[in-house]
Amino acid sequence: MNLFCIGLSHHTANVETRERFLGHAAIDRTLREVAGCSEVLLLTTCNRTEVYASASSPVPTETIANCLLTNGTLLETDVAAFYRYESEQCIQHLFRVTSGLDSMVIGETEILGQVKKAYAVARESGAAGPYLHRLFQRAFRVAKQVRTRTDITRGSVSVGSVAVDLAEKIFGDLSSRKVLLLGAGETSERTARALVSRGVREIFVSNRSGERAEALAAMVGGKAIAFGQWPMRCAEIDILISSTAANEPFLTPEILAPVLQARLDRPLFMIDLAVPRDIVPDVNKMEGVYLYDIDALQSIAQQSLATRRQQIAAGEEIIAHHIADFSGWFIPMREHMVGRAGSVEMELPESSLRASEL
Amino acid sequence: MDRELLIVSTLCFFVAVVRTSLSIRARIYQPTRFSFFAVALGFVFQTAFLSIRGHALGRCPLTNLFEVFIFLAWSVVLIYMLVGPAYRLSLMGAFTAPLVASLQSFALIALIDVRHPVKLPANPWLEFHASISLVAYGAFALACIAGVMYLVQERQLKTHQLYSIFYHLPPLTDLFAAITRLLWWGFALYSLGLVSGFFVGQPLPYVQVVCAFGVWLLYGAILQGRHLRRLAPKHVAALCIVGFSAALTLLWGITFTAQIHSLP
Repeated sequence: MNLFCIGLSHHTANVETRERFLGHAAIDRTLREVAGCSEVLLLTTCNRTEVYASASSPVPTETIANCLLTNGTLLETDVAAFYRYESEQCIQHLFRVTSGLDSMVIGETEILGQVKKAYAVARESGAAGPYLHRLFQRAFRVAKQVRTRTDITRGSVSVGSVAVDLAEKIFGDLSSRKVLLLGAGETSERTARALVSRGVREIFVSNRSGERAEALAAMVGGKAIAFGQWPMRCAEIDILISSTAANEPFLTPEILAPVLQARLDRPLFMIDLAVPRDIVPDVNKMEGVYLYDIDALQSIAQQSLATRRQQIAAGEEIIAHHIADFSGWFIPMREHMVGRAGSVEMELPESSLRASEL
Repeated sequence: MDRELLIVSTLCFFVAVVRTSLSIRARIYQPTRFSFFAVALGFVFQTAFLSIRGHALGRCPLTNLFEVFIFLAWSVVLIYMLVGPAYRLSLMGAFTAPLVASLQSFALIALIDVRHPVKLPANPWLEFHASISLVAYGAFALACIAGVMYLVQERQLKTHQLYSIFYHLPPLTDLFAAITRLLWWGFALYSLGLVSGFFVGQPLPYVQVVCAFGVWLLYGAILQGRHLRRLAPKHVAALCIVGFSAALTLLWGITFTAQIHSLP
């Protein structure tokens, strides 16, 4: 019985190569019939395409690569982009992938959902049997432990998500918060969208070009207001995102002081995404104002990324413990089955699938 | 026997403090059940101590400064257990444990556990007055702790230096809402304690009455400032710390000078 993983990812292949190897819906049947695999699971994300399988005899990488190929012909350079992990290495790789240690953005949690989805598809089609069931259940448990026992997922690593996280740290629930967008830059649009996705319902958009303001307001489900009217909105808003093309800062402590007097008990979160900046840095010294410019947001994103990198070792330690534990079950079971029947079709005893042992 | 229970209780709080300190030092703060259970276990031993002491005295164990401090520490943990989970302030345990451990350590080390030569008769009004006032102090202590949490987070947000603990603190506005609620609860309980003081059936020392009203006025002023929006949240948080420090000093003064519990 061979447990293996064959695939390619952002580590080994560029996007042009990756997009040619996406597999297809019936790949599990193909792999079982053509390659002689007993259990198959296909994992496809934007950064990786991988096949996890078990088979009675080794399956060549080229066979798997051919099955995954959806566009063009298989080249030698393509095969070189594929990696292959067997047995314990395969277990380790899956645990690393599921925990986000192998992701482009270390610690990202989206991968766990994608692996779970791939597993559900394989279970439903009957392609994943007892070995993969047990392996993937353990992988989900490992991912959960890595996430909760380390800081691998701490903080955000992009400017937009850092801004949204900070907004949540200041206000908690964002559903009743009002946002004012000054200018209609791409980053502010992305940030506004992220805020909407976290519950913000009221957005005002103000831009020198009324048309652009209308367009952006329509995109984010907000309301366009004339550029001259934005100071009047400052008393009611909670978050201000500025990204105008002004040559020098126009939002000064003098402009804000009377507004803040009327809202002493409500914080104001200001995000200055413009270069050159729109907001005078001294505004951050004002009571209840939290000002973040693009450098500050990027610095936090970098800090989070650095923290995540530091946490890799802790994550690997958890994974190593689980590999040792899981191999303790997997290797004797494999030897037992090969020794008894030499057949991969044999069903594992029901007791080996008890949830408590996973 | 009862002091041993208190020592074990104090050790439980110290374990929670050490655990939290180590994880904060390692820059990986994770609120765990361990700390909560350590605090909860400390609370069980505190309660056992107060129960045994109360049984031995035949009245609420508030007869000397030592017992007052322990009852105060117990009130702080009680309110934390009630308020913390309700307002998702799990991290508050990390801040509560050091305060309680300090209060109990001081009480154990200082020679203030002076037993009265004669058994003091029970006075329900006096006991109610003293105990409800101390529970109010517990609420003020929690407001002080929430104030510290608020200022820690506010400082990190202002300076853009976000440490591990930042990610585990409740949102700023939620924290401020909790401070306000704790202040109101503390103020209401303290007012009840003050009013009940007039029913104890014996004259209260002048100094004690003045100090008690001083604390009441101080917290009343903080709440009024908050209500009229004259005080920024940061100042309310800072005043909670100042207020509780002052109240604690006055409590010591009141208990020490007036010796309320020696009154029959």
